[in-house]
Amino acid sequence: MSKKKELSVNAIKEGTVIDHIPASYLFKVISILGLDHCENLITFGTNLGSNRYGKKAIIKVADKFFEDEDLNRIALIAPEARLNIIRDYEVVEKKEVIVPQEIIGIAKCFNPKCITNNEEITTKFNLVNSNVLALKCHYCEKITTEEHLVIL
Amino acid sequence: MKNRSLVSINDFSKEEILKIVELAAKFEENPNQDLLKNKVVASLFFEPSTRTRLSFETAINRLGGRVVGFTDASSSSTTKGETLKDTIKMISNYADLIVMRHPLEGSARYASEQSGVPIVNAGDGANQHPTQTMLDLYSIQKTQGTLENLNIFMVGDLKYGRTVHSLLQAMAHFNPVFNFISPEELRIPDEYKYWLDSKGIQYYEHSEFTDIISRADILYMTRVQRERFADPIEYEKVKNVYILKNSMLENTKDNLRILHPLPRVNEISTDVDANPKAYYFEQAENGVYARMAIMSSILGVV
Repeated sequence: MSKKKELSVNAIKEGTVIDHIPASYLFKVISILGLDHCENLITFGTNLGSNRYGKKAIIKVADKFFEDEDLNRIALIAPEARLNIIRDYEVVEKKEVIVPQEIIGIAKCFNPKCITNNEEITTKFNLVNSNVLALKCHYCEKITTEEHLVIL
Repeated sequence: MKNRSLVSINDFSKEEILKIVELAAKFEENPNQDLLKNKVVASLFFEPSTRTRLSFETAINRLGGRVVGFTDASSSSTTKGETLKDTIKMISNYADLIVMRHPLEGSARYASEQSGVPIVNAGDGANQHPTQTMLDLYSIQKTQGTLENLNIFMVGDLKYGRTVHSLLQAMAHFNPVFNFISPEELRIPDEYKYWLDSKGIQYYEHSEFTDIISRADILYMTRVQRERFADPIEYEKVKNVYILKNSMLENTKDNLRILHPLPRVNEISTDVDANPKAYYFEQAENGVYARMAIMSSILGVV
């Protein structure tokens, strides 16, 4: 067996690698980060084996460095995502994502009587301090917990 | 408060609550004032609520303002498919203030973001009804002479009752002790208990409605509604347990007053009505003064 591990997705010279995305949310992450409208070279792999959980996906975006604020938007669906900043093929910085205090337009309020589920409105939540992930709807003030969380 | 919407009771600070209570007392002394002369208030009731609507419209009329609006959604363009956003955008060009009742939760917050004029929430589904809370607070202040350090008993549906949730949040400013009496199925939700814990406020839960009320300063009764029970047998079991009868008031404190957001069904026996401790009809009257205080503060005329 060769010691040199073959990469499932080609290395990039400069840019950002987003690793440990749950495979089922790959395309959601692409859409949240607006990569579907991005002109840069993007390579991704999905259904890769992961030690953390079943199947993961990885995205490599060449010549792009995201703002933390943008990257944190994926924290709800990919809380374990790891970010590697690449310069000249080397990882120069590693980052984790943090669920932001205010979540706009990603999650669905679980209250069927909430105005956001009845009219075209961008959802908005505030993160509640608790042991589990809990989001308080800015509109109906009901709390959506992790078990009821639906990503839009 | 000037030009600010009132969507949730949490939008008011302790000082603002006290200011409204003080102002409500002044309006009670002198109810007919032309402070809203030349002002137009839109009264938008997307679902009927006669009591709340008449209370608001009385308040507006006593202040010399004019009212436009509708009393249920069938007489508005909602039936033609107009969105809430469009209705609010349009009406906020006509009126100086919008009073809105809507069956969907969060509708008032959303309307306040779309409107060019302040919104007063007159009830958004099961979420908030802040003017009811203000009249409850005014009633407590008026009957007890203070809002501080009171022992407040809440009885009935503590799970779904929005008046209960809003009142406990507002009273939390004033160092109360709460006693919650309810059937198992309708206990106060955990999120409110955690919240009270975080504020260091004492509370006790009971499932039996007994002579523990002898310690109460305020007894806040609510209706146990049949439709809240998944199992009709459970409703039959509890429906007659949480009824206040006159005989139960024998050993209660002299300053005790019984409040109820109304309408009542059978949870307060009619024999209580003649007891001087019954306060629910006066409480409803206080709503007019509380709403006069709220609207005139928001319009900046006091």
